[in-house]
Amino acid sequence: MKNGTFWLLTALAVIAIFAASRLLTNDYYFFAGYVVLQYVVLATAWNILGGYTGYINFGTAGFFAIGAYASVVLHQLWGPPIPVLILVGGVLSGLVGLGMGVLTLRLKGVFFAIGTLALAIVVQTLVTNWDFVGGSRGVYIIRPATAPFFGSYIHYLFFVMLALAGLAVAIARSIEHSTLGFGLAAVRDEEQAAEAAGVPTLKLKLISTTISGALMGMAGAPLPYYVTYLDPSSGFNLAYAVNAIAMPLVGGMTSWIGPVLGAVFLGIIQQAATVMIESSLNLLLVGVLLVLFVVAAPNGLIGLWRPRRARAPS
Amino acid sequence: MFADLLLNAIVSGIVLGGFYAAVSVGLAISFGMLDIGNLAHPAFVVLGSFCVYVLNQRWGIDPILASLLMTPLFFALGAALYEIYYFSFERRGEEGLRGLAFFFGILFITEVALILGFGVDYRFVQAPYIDATMHFGDIDLAWRTLVPCLCAFAMIGALQLFMSKTYIGRAILAVSQDSLALRLMAINPSRVKLIAFALSIATAAIAGALLIIIQPVEPSIGRDYIGRVFAIVVLGGMGSFPGMLAAAILLGVAESLTATFYGPSWAPAVSFGILLLTLAFRPAGILGRT
Amino acid sequence: MSPVMSAPLLQVAGLGKRFGGFVALDNISLDIKEGERVGLIGPNGSGKSTLVNCLSGTQRHDAGSVRFDGQSFDGLPAYRRTRLGLARSFQLPKPFRSLTVVQNLHVPLLFTAKHRGGAHLSSADIDARCEELLRMVALDGKAKARPRDLTQIEMRKLELARAMAAAPKLLIADEAMAGLSHSEIDDIIALLMKLNAAGVTVVLIEHIMRAVMSFSERLICLVAGKKIADGAPQEVVRNPDVERAYLGE
Repeated sequence: MKNGTFWLLTALAVIAIFAASRLLTNDYYFFAGYVVLQYVVLATAWNILGGYTGYINFGTAGFFAIGAYASVVLHQLWGPPIPVLILVGGVLSGLVGLGMGVLTLRLKGVFFAIGTLALAIVVQTLVTNWDFVGGSRGVYIIRPATAPFFGSYIHYLFFVMLALAGLAVAIARSIEHSTLGFGLAAVRDEEQAAEAAGVPTLKLKLISTTISGALMGMAGAPLPYYVTYLDPSSGFNLAYAVNAIAMPLVGGMTSWIGPVLGAVFLGIIQQAATVMIESSLNLLLVGVLLVLFVVAAPNGLIGLWRPRRARAPS
Repeated sequence: MFADLLLNAIVSGIVLGGFYAAVSVGLAISFGMLDIGNLAHPAFVVLGSFCVYVLNQRWGIDPILASLLMTPLFFALGAALYEIYYFSFERRGEEGLRGLAFFFGILFITEVALILGFGVDYRFVQAPYIDATMHFGDIDLAWRTLVPCLCAFAMIGALQLFMSKTYIGRAILAVSQDSLALRLMAINPSRVKLIAFALSIATAAIAGALLIIIQPVEPSIGRDYIGRVFAIVVLGGMGSFPGMLAAAILLGVAESLTATFYGPSWAPAVSFGILLLTLAFRPAGILGRT
Repeated sequence: MSPVMSAPLLQVAGLGKRFGGFVALDNISLDIKEGERVGLIGPNGSGKSTLVNCLSGTQRHDAGSVRFDGQSFDGLPAYRRTRLGLARSFQLPKPFRSLTVVQNLHVPLLFTAKHRGGAHLSSADIDARCEELLRMVALDGKAKARPRDLTQIEMRKLELARAMAAAPKLLIADEAMAGLSHSEIDDIIALLMKLNAAGVTVVLIEHIMRAVMSFSERLICLVAGKKIADGAPQEVVRNPDVERAYLGE
């Protein structure tokens, strides 16, 4: 299937899903759906760097929160519409991803991974000490009651996240089937040999971190309006980091389908668990699934279902 | 007045650094020497703290003694963990990405299990030396921080002797440099790595006791230490104990000065910031190998 | 060969590389002319692989200079050197495991083609090139196979084919023949000869003396990081220093 066709189909799917969702009367589904879709974006973004390029990012929360807190700043200053916030969040997080890459991508993968963890904490500390965005006390954001054309604001937020999810998936697939994706696969499999084969490995890795970071920032941009109260401990919650890794791992890291499967599967489990059992237990579940899959099913759900089609990144 | 503050900050930074070295020595072995990115190490230290807490609360056992009692258990835990790690990853040559994800999952599971078992409240231990403070002229030194520092030096000194004088210790040093040569000497490198990794987790038990002496502990405190221990091990030049000690003290002083003059909420940024800078500009560390 | 004296294709002057206190390469100087067939020998640990790494850019040299085709290579990353015409194969094959055999060849074709001669390869061109390369190394039946299904020997051939796919002016073949049978060694030599006849300068690093002697016009010997001999194969092999280095081999 050509890329152009896929983008078109994705756009149609977004519209179709949204139209179908309007039939639901209970707003709860929109709230829960937002979270699941947010994870689709985060997992897909993570997988561009993790699954396609082979570099693991522990600092998803940092990039995500940059988007969220950029929105807070802009909201305090003059309150632009959400699409603008998403753009700003994306650009900022993308730049941070680039900077992060420049600092650490020349080193072995494990150092990059630790570096991403360091970045997330540094950003969290900066935010915690910045009173303009509420510091450690947090900040309250008023969510408008309605949005033009969509009616209920939460429907609008749901649609925004749905569109972002579609965008992320379409971008991921485009990369997969492009020369860039090919180069990234070579980098992931044997970086030295890729470099010797003429692949500009550093440049490609930087492109990968930038796109990945940008998408994560975009996912975070609408968050303040969704939660209405944002503080550093929730914005930088470790759950984001763990889920962003667990979901592609469980779903399968070799194609765009994996993160979507993983996000939907784990996202729904967690939403159900939060309602039915204690929320710490649901995080434990994610951790256990992560370890189980990484040990026993390295190719994720895709691998279990179609073992020959899935390629194993090492 | 300023000189007083400065002096105290530096001294307490050095003492703090000694303690940080105790927390990091296990990672200096697992990550520095064996190249195993054990992100979960701080979680095991916290686990150690809670084990010590239980023994101290229930039976009034001195925390350091309690941790020594726990070391065999932690050694066994480390051995079991290494077996899983080796069987799942190292054997297949897939250590990199998946190994890290594995330990990240373990970190998470340990933390959440502790929350489920103990709740999110801070726990502390009782011991006669915890409340006293010593005074040397203008310098105030709390026993609470001095004792862990001294124990840290003792533990690291003992480990250094072990590494250089005993057969197994030297085998561990050798395997970190050239496992092929080891194989030619008919020593199974995997067995040596198993012992080394188990040893690294055993140190976490003792470090846990020191941690809960220095400050009250709650389950998610491990996260604050991830950056610190990795910064210390990387800055210290990976496997080198002296380097690690120097890096730990450097970090302790930097954090102490930051906390004194800028406020404690900036302290986490110090260790992680130093880590990032080290990775960016001097990944071989201050005394490290190239 | 043109009667006009042209500058050597590869000029190495005073090349040095250390790892901490250990000197891997000590003041290596050599010139390789276009179209030459050069053999590089030396005992294990003599610095052959380090030399290859420093020439190809996989590692950075500490001292001296490397010039290729009139251009300085100092500080240039490996991928730029490949694009400028210097390719190498790896001693331990490093195939891209998640890609098929033919896709392994796509990578260098896609990433070097534009830069070699400026032509943009169409996908038909790429397929044709791949087929040709696979036929040259007798892997054309395994185009859709994965590296994990190949034998050691086949992986070596893929390794060579991948280096060749970059259409290099100079190819460094790093111990491609270890463990191969007599006839397989002959096949590889014939392959390299054919490449050389088509204009590719070849540097062959090998332990198998029979192969090196039959292939090389010129032999360079490295011992403990120093170049101790450089000349006609028959002379180099009789050099007492070389004999001593190999201890009666």
